[in-house]
Amino acid sequence: MKDEQLDLILKALSDSTRRRIIDHLSMKPAQSLFEVCAASVAEDGTALSRQTVSQHLAVLEKAGLIETTWKGRTKAHSLRVTKDHIAAATWLVKYQQSGKNP
Amino acid sequence: MKIRVTNVFVDNQDKAEVFYTDVLGFTVKNNIPLGEHRWLTVVSNKDPGGPELLLEPSDHPAVKPYKDALVSDGIPAHSFQVGDLDAERKRLGELGGEFTVEPMEAGPVRMAVFDDTCGNLIQLIQMVDSSQ
Repeated sequence: MKDEQLDLILKALSDSTRRRIIDHLSMKPAQSLFEVCAASVAEDGTALSRQTVSQHLAVLEKAGLIETTWKGRTKAHSLRVTKDHIAAATWLVKYQQSGKNP
Repeated sequence: MKIRVTNVFVDNQDKAEVFYTDVLGFTVKNNIPLGEHRWLTVVSNKDPGGPELLLEPSDHPAVKPYKDALVSDGIPAHSFQVGDLDAERKRLGELGGEFTVEPMEAGPVRMAVFDDTCGNLIQLIQMVDSSQ
Protein backbone atom coordinates (compact mmCIF):
# COMPACT_ATOMS: atom_id res chain seq x y z
CA MET A 1 0.00 0.00 0.00
CA LYS A 2 1.24 3.47 -0.87
CA ASP A 3 1.89 5.99 1.87
CA GLU A 4 -0.73 8.37 0.43
CA GLN A 5 -3.38 5.70 0.73
CA LEU A 6 -2.33 4.84 4.27
CA ASP A 7 -2.54 8.54 5.15
CA LEU A 8 -6.05 8.81 3.74
CA ILE A 9 -7.28 5.76 5.65
CA LEU A 10 -5.68 6.70 8.98
CA LYS A 11 -6.96 10.25 8.60
CA ALA A 12 -10.46 8.95 7.92
CA LEU A 13 -10.30 6.87 11.10
CA SER A 14 -8.87 9.65 13.25
CA ASP A 15 -12.18 11.33 14.08
CA SER A 16 -14.81 10.07 16.51
CA THR A 17 -17.74 11.30 14.40
CA ARG A 18 -16.42 9.50 11.34
CA ARG A 19 -15.95 6.31 13.35
CA ARG A 20 -19.53 6.75 14.53
CA ILE A 21 -20.72 7.09 10.93
CA ILE A 22 -18.80 3.92 10.02
CA ASP A 23 -20.44 2.03 12.90
CA HIS A 24 -23.80 3.35 11.80
CA LEU A 25 -23.39 2.41 8.14
CA SER A 26 -22.24 -1.06 9.17
CA MET A 27 -25.72 -1.69 10.58
CA LYS A 28 -27.60 -0.57 7.49
CA PRO A 29 -26.19 -0.08 3.98
CA ALA A 30 -27.32 2.32 1.25
CA GLN A 31 -28.24 5.33 3.34
CA SER A 32 -28.81 8.86 2.07
CA LEU A 33 -27.24 11.92 3.67
CA PHE A 34 -30.63 12.67 5.21
CA GLU A 35 -30.83 9.21 6.81
CA VAL A 36 -27.35 9.46 8.31
CA CYS A 37 -28.30 12.84 9.83
CA ALA A 38 -31.65 11.57 11.12
CA ALA A 39 -30.00 8.52 12.64
CA SER A 40 -27.48 10.71 14.46
CA VAL A 41 -30.37 12.29 16.37
CA ALA A 42 -31.96 8.94 17.08
CA GLU A 43 -28.78 7.34 18.40
CA ASP A 44 -27.82 9.74 21.15
CA GLY A 45 -29.81 12.92 20.70
CA THR A 46 -26.85 14.82 19.25
CA ALA A 47 -27.86 16.11 15.86
CA LEU A 48 -25.09 16.43 13.30
CA SER A 49 -25.62 19.11 10.68
CA ARG A 50 -25.94 18.09 7.05
CA GLN A 51 -22.83 20.06 6.20
CA THR A 52 -20.84 18.24 8.87
CA VAL A 53 -22.05 14.82 7.80
CA SER A 54 -21.51 15.70 4.15
CA GLN A 55 -17.88 16.64 4.82
CA HIS A 56 -17.25 13.50 6.89
CA LEU A 57 -18.78 11.29 4.19
CA ALA A 58 -16.48 12.91 1.62
CA VAL A 59 -13.39 12.09 3.73
CA LEU A 60 -14.56 8.51 4.19
CA GLU A 61 -15.29 8.20 0.47
CA LYS A 62 -11.82 9.51 -0.41
CA ALA A 63 -10.32 6.80 1.80
CA GLY A 64 -12.41 4.22 -0.07
CA LEU A 65 -14.34 3.34 3.07
CA ILE A 66 -17.63 4.37 1.51
CA GLU A 67 -19.14 3.30 -1.73
CA THR A 68 -21.91 5.37 -3.28
CA THR A 69 -24.72 4.07 -5.44
CA TRP A 70 -27.98 5.59 -6.66
CA LYS A 71 -31.30 4.47 -5.21
CA GLY A 72 -33.53 6.03 -7.83
CA ARG A 73 -32.48 9.69 -7.80
CA THR A 74 -31.07 9.54 -4.27
CA LYS A 75 -27.38 9.02 -3.54
CA ALA A 76 -26.85 6.13 -1.14
CA HIS A 77 -23.77 5.47 1.01
CA SER A 78 -22.57 2.02 2.04
CA LEU A 79 -19.62 0.89 4.11
CA ARG A 80 -16.86 -0.85 2.16
CA VAL A 81 -14.00 -2.33 4.17
CA THR A 82 -11.17 -3.89 2.16
CA LYS A 83 -7.98 -5.74 3.10
CA ASP A 84 -6.09 -2.45 2.68
CA HIS A 85 -8.29 -0.79 5.28
CA ILE A 86 -7.69 -3.59 7.75
CA ALA A 87 -3.97 -3.50 6.97
CA ALA A 88 -3.89 0.27 7.57
CA ALA A 89 -5.79 0.02 10.84
CA THR A 90 -3.34 -2.63 12.08
CA TRP A 91 -0.19 -0.96 10.80
CA LEU A 92 1.62 -1.36 14.14
CA VAL A 93 1.01 -5.09 14.33
CA LYS A 94 4.28 -5.74 12.52
CA TYR A 95 6.17 -4.63 15.63
CA GLN A 96 4.23 -6.84 17.99
CA GLN A 97 6.55 -9.86 17.67
CA SER A 98 9.73 -8.04 16.69
CA GLY A 99 11.06 -7.61 20.19
CA LYS A 100 10.83 -3.84 19.87
CA ASN A 101 7.61 -3.67 21.85
CA PRO A 102 7.87 -2.94 25.55
CA MET B 1 -50.29 35.56 12.41
CA LYS B 2 -50.94 32.04 11.23
CA ILE B 3 -49.84 29.79 8.41
CA ARG B 4 -52.50 29.82 5.68
CA VAL B 5 -50.82 28.33 2.62
CA THR B 6 -47.60 26.41 2.18
CA ASN B 7 -46.40 24.86 -1.04
CA VAL B 8 -44.84 21.87 -2.64
CA PHE B 9 -43.46 22.13 -6.20
CA VAL B 10 -44.99 19.40 -8.34
CA ASP B 11 -43.86 18.25 -11.78
CA ASN B 12 -47.44 17.92 -13.01
CA GLN B 13 -50.54 19.38 -11.37
CA ASP B 14 -52.99 16.80 -12.76
CA LYS B 15 -50.85 13.92 -11.53
CA ALA B 16 -50.27 15.66 -8.21
CA GLU B 17 -54.01 16.22 -7.71
CA VAL B 18 -54.64 12.49 -8.10
CA PHE B 19 -51.76 11.46 -5.84
CA TYR B 20 -52.44 13.97 -3.06
CA THR B 21 -56.18 13.15 -2.98
CA ASP B 22 -56.63 9.50 -4.03
CA VAL B 23 -53.45 8.17 -2.45
CA LEU B 24 -52.66 10.51 0.44
CA GLY B 25 -56.32 11.23 1.19
CA PHE B 26 -56.33 15.04 1.18
CA THR B 27 -59.26 17.07 -0.19
CA VAL B 28 -59.11 19.76 -2.86
CA LYS B 29 -59.90 23.12 -1.27
CA ASN B 30 -59.17 25.62 -4.04
CA ASN B 31 -59.05 24.85 -7.74
CA ILE B 32 -58.88 28.12 -9.65
CA PRO B 33 -57.79 28.28 -13.31
CA LEU B 34 -54.86 30.64 -13.78
CA GLY B 35 -53.90 30.55 -17.42
CA GLU B 36 -51.78 27.51 -18.15
CA HIS B 37 -51.92 26.27 -14.57
CA ARG B 38 -54.26 26.29 -11.56
CA TRP B 39 -54.24 27.66 -8.03
CA LEU B 40 -54.67 24.17 -6.67
CA THR B 41 -54.66 23.58 -2.92
CA VAL B 42 -55.48 20.60 -0.74
CA VAL B 43 -56.31 20.32 2.95
CA SER B 44 -56.31 17.49 5.43
CA ASN B 45 -59.69 15.86 6.08
CA LYS B 46 -58.77 15.98 9.74
CA ASP B 47 -58.35 19.76 9.57
CA PRO B 48 -60.38 21.17 6.63
CA GLY B 49 -60.09 24.73 7.97
CA GLY B 50 -56.37 24.34 8.55
CA PRO B 51 -53.36 25.25 6.40
CA GLU B 52 -53.66 24.63 2.68
CA LEU B 53 -50.97 22.88 0.72
CA LEU B 54 -50.47 24.55 -2.65
CA LEU B 55 -49.57 22.09 -5.40
CA GLU B 56 -47.43 24.58 -7.26
CA PRO B 57 -46.06 24.07 -10.78
CA SER B 58 -42.29 23.55 -11.08
CA ASP B 59 -41.88 25.90 -14.04
CA HIS B 60 -39.48 28.42 -12.50
CA PRO B 61 -35.91 27.61 -13.63
CA ALA B 62 -34.69 27.55 -10.02
CA VAL B 63 -37.10 24.80 -9.03
CA LYS B 64 -35.63 21.82 -10.86
CA PRO B 65 -32.07 22.18 -9.50
CA TYR B 66 -33.52 22.80 -6.04
CA LYS B 67 -35.70 19.69 -6.15
CA ASP B 68 -32.97 17.53 -7.70
CA ALA B 69 -30.47 18.55 -5.02
CA LEU B 70 -32.90 17.75 -2.21
CA VAL B 71 -33.81 14.35 -3.66
CA SER B 72 -30.14 13.55 -4.28
CA ASP B 73 -29.42 13.96 -0.56
CA GLY B 74 -32.66 12.21 0.40
CA ILE B 75 -34.11 15.36 1.98
CA PRO B 76 -37.92 15.63 2.15
CA ALA B 77 -39.59 18.71 0.68
CA HIS B 78 -42.45 18.47 3.15
CA SER B 79 -43.53 16.67 6.29
CA PHE B 80 -46.97 15.37 7.28
CA GLN B 81 -48.04 14.06 10.65
CA VAL B 82 -49.86 10.74 11.10
CA GLY B 83 -51.29 8.99 14.13
CA ASP B 84 -50.05 5.50 13.27
CA LEU B 85 -46.97 5.48 11.07
CA ASP B 86 -46.82 1.70 10.56
CA ALA B 87 -50.47 1.54 9.50
CA GLU B 88 -49.98 4.47 7.11
CA ARG B 89 -46.83 2.89 5.67
CA LYS B 90 -48.77 -0.30 4.99
CA ARG B 91 -51.75 1.55 3.50
CA LEU B 92 -49.61 3.68 1.17
CA GLY B 93 -47.53 0.64 0.19
CA GLU B 94 -50.66 -1.18 -0.91
CA LEU B 95 -51.57 1.85 -3.05
CA GLY B 96 -48.19 1.70 -4.78
CA GLY B 97 -46.40 4.35 -2.70
CA GLU B 98 -42.61 3.94 -2.81
CA PHE B 99 -40.76 4.48 0.47
CA THR B 100 -37.14 5.59 0.41
CA VAL B 101 -36.85 5.40 4.21
CA GLU B 102 -38.76 2.73 6.12
CA PRO B 103 -40.20 3.75 9.51
CA MET B 104 -37.33 4.53 11.90
CA GLU B 105 -36.76 6.20 15.25
CA ALA B 106 -35.50 9.79 15.11
CA GLY B 107 -35.48 11.28 18.59
CA PRO B 108 -38.92 12.62 19.56
CA VAL B 109 -40.53 11.20 16.41
CA ARG B 110 -40.79 8.08 14.34
CA MET B 111 -40.48 8.85 10.67
CA ALA B 112 -40.51 7.47 7.16
CA VAL B 113 -39.99 9.01 3.73
CA PHE B 114 -41.77 8.29 0.45
CA ASP B 115 -41.72 9.54 -3.15
CA ASP B 116 -44.70 11.69 -4.09
CA THR B 117 -44.29 10.74 -7.80
CA CYS B 118 -44.18 14.49 -8.59
CA GLY B 119 -40.47 15.01 -8.00
CA ASN B 120 -40.42 15.24 -4.20
CA LEU B 121 -39.66 13.18 -1.17
CA ILE B 122 -42.22 13.56 1.61
CA GLN B 123 -41.65 12.75 5.25
CA LEU B 124 -44.28 11.20 7.50
CA ILE B 125 -43.87 11.63 11.22
CA GLN B 126 -45.56 10.19 14.25
CA MET B 127 -44.90 11.82 17.60
CA VAL B 128 -43.50 9.29 20.06
CA ASP B 129 -45.28 11.15 22.88
CA SER B 130 -48.82 10.61 21.61
CA SER B 131 -50.19 13.69 23.43
CA GLN B 132 -48.56 15.94 20.78
